[in-house]
Amino acid sequence: MLAPAMAEVVAVAAESLAGSRARAARTVLNQVVLPGEELLLPEQEDAEGPGGGGERPLRLNAGARSRVRVVCGPGLRRCGDRLLVTKCGRLRHKEPGSGSGGGVYWVDSQQKRYVPVKGDHVIGIVTAKSGDIFKVDVGGSEPASLSYLAFEGATKRNRPNVQVGDLIYGQFVVANKDMEPEMVCIDSCGRANGMGVIGHDGLLFKVTLGLIRKLLAPDCEIIQEVGKLYPLEIVFGMNGRIWVKAKTIQQTLILANILEACEHMTTDQRKQIFSRLAES
Amino acid sequence: MAQKTKLSKNLMRMKFMQRGLDSETKKQLEGEEKKIIGEEHWYLDLPALTKRQSFLLCEDLLYGRMSFRGFNPEVEKLMLQMNAKNKAEVFEDKTEEVDVSDEEMARRYETLVGTIGKKFAKKRDRVSYEEHENGDVKLPKEKEMFLKPRD
Repeated sequence: MLAPAMAEVVAVAAESLAGSRARAARTVLNQVVLPGEELLLPEQEDAEGPGGGGERPLRLNAGARSRVRVVCGPGLRRCGDRLLVTKCGRLRHKEPGSGSGGGVYWVDSQQKRYVPVKGDHVIGIVTAKSGDIFKVDVGGSEPASLSYLAFEGATKRNRPNVQVGDLIYGQFVVANKDMEPEMVCIDSCGRANGMGVIGHDGLLFKVTLGLIRKLLAPDCEIIQEVGKLYPLEIVFGMNGRIWVKAKTIQQTLILANILEACEHMTTDQRKQIFSRLAES
Repeated sequence: MAQKTKLSKNLMRMKFMQRGLDSETKKQLEGEEKKIIGEEHWYLDLPALTKRQSFLLCEDLLYGRMSFRGFNPEVEKLMLQMNAKNKAEVFEDKTEEVDVSDEEMARRYETLVGTIGKKFAKKRDRVSYEEHENGDVKLPKEKEMFLKPRD
């Protein structure tokens, strides 16, 4: 998927690194960026004149510059007043829907290792039960802790029915590099909203993080086609884990194979496979 | 006639001097104080770049649990609910699933007004309710208030 783009990347990156001039983020949208590149925000492009080379005009009233609030998402970091790319991938931008703000910039990268992020919905496996909390393995560097009160309708007397080895669908409330991640199975209003213990049977398997985001996109054709095959249930965890369940074991295995393989298939290959399945 | 003695700024800031001031001067004084405090605060003259690690606000993703062709009806209901919340759509199908029709609701409400009204009516007014029990419910006449003489 990336092969044809690599040639242009090398050319462009080499040119920009040689000239040691930062490119404007706006011109690099949807192109591949490499770690170490610096990007200029739109409001700074005027400051860098044609012969720029790093000189900045001194201003007497610095406060007069318009401050647009820009969010730097995953894969980007602030470096001075520019954006520094830390992951390789395509640069994306989203306009702000309403209200103030300059929108979001992020790098669409691919990786298999999950790092817990606050607010993400993940599938975890209960590994231990110690006192008031469960230890849940979410695929990160350490197991997340889940309190037994963090289920809908749970009280000290009425404990949830969770055993070691159960699958849990929950979201993170605390997830940073300094603390142990904590997850819960209720939302801020106290309702479950589909979170909690995932039923018995079914199959859990692991895919790359980029595939999960691709499958959960609003206009994903793969999911629409899969849904027409036969009755089934899928749960996607942002930590790269997918749980599927269908009426028979064979159907479940077919589904798991399709989802794993569709990352590397072209649209035509996929349509072929689906039509073959629909026949049988 | 004699000119007002110029009082110092610190004196004007004291509480007992502020009581006599009108709102405008108070606001002016407050504004000046805020400006002084604001200029003392240091800030980085950098563009406002907040860092967020989550992909949730970058891309509009669908809800993670899905069910197709009726395998799990609760999950299918949840799917509609959560995805509609994201797109802020009003789910219009709800109006068709009403158990009681609108007309019957209006009819019952009409009689309900009478029954509840009877509870709060005084003994004198309750008589007027009972007289008209068979047909429409007549609301008791308005309470007669004392009329002031014209002159």
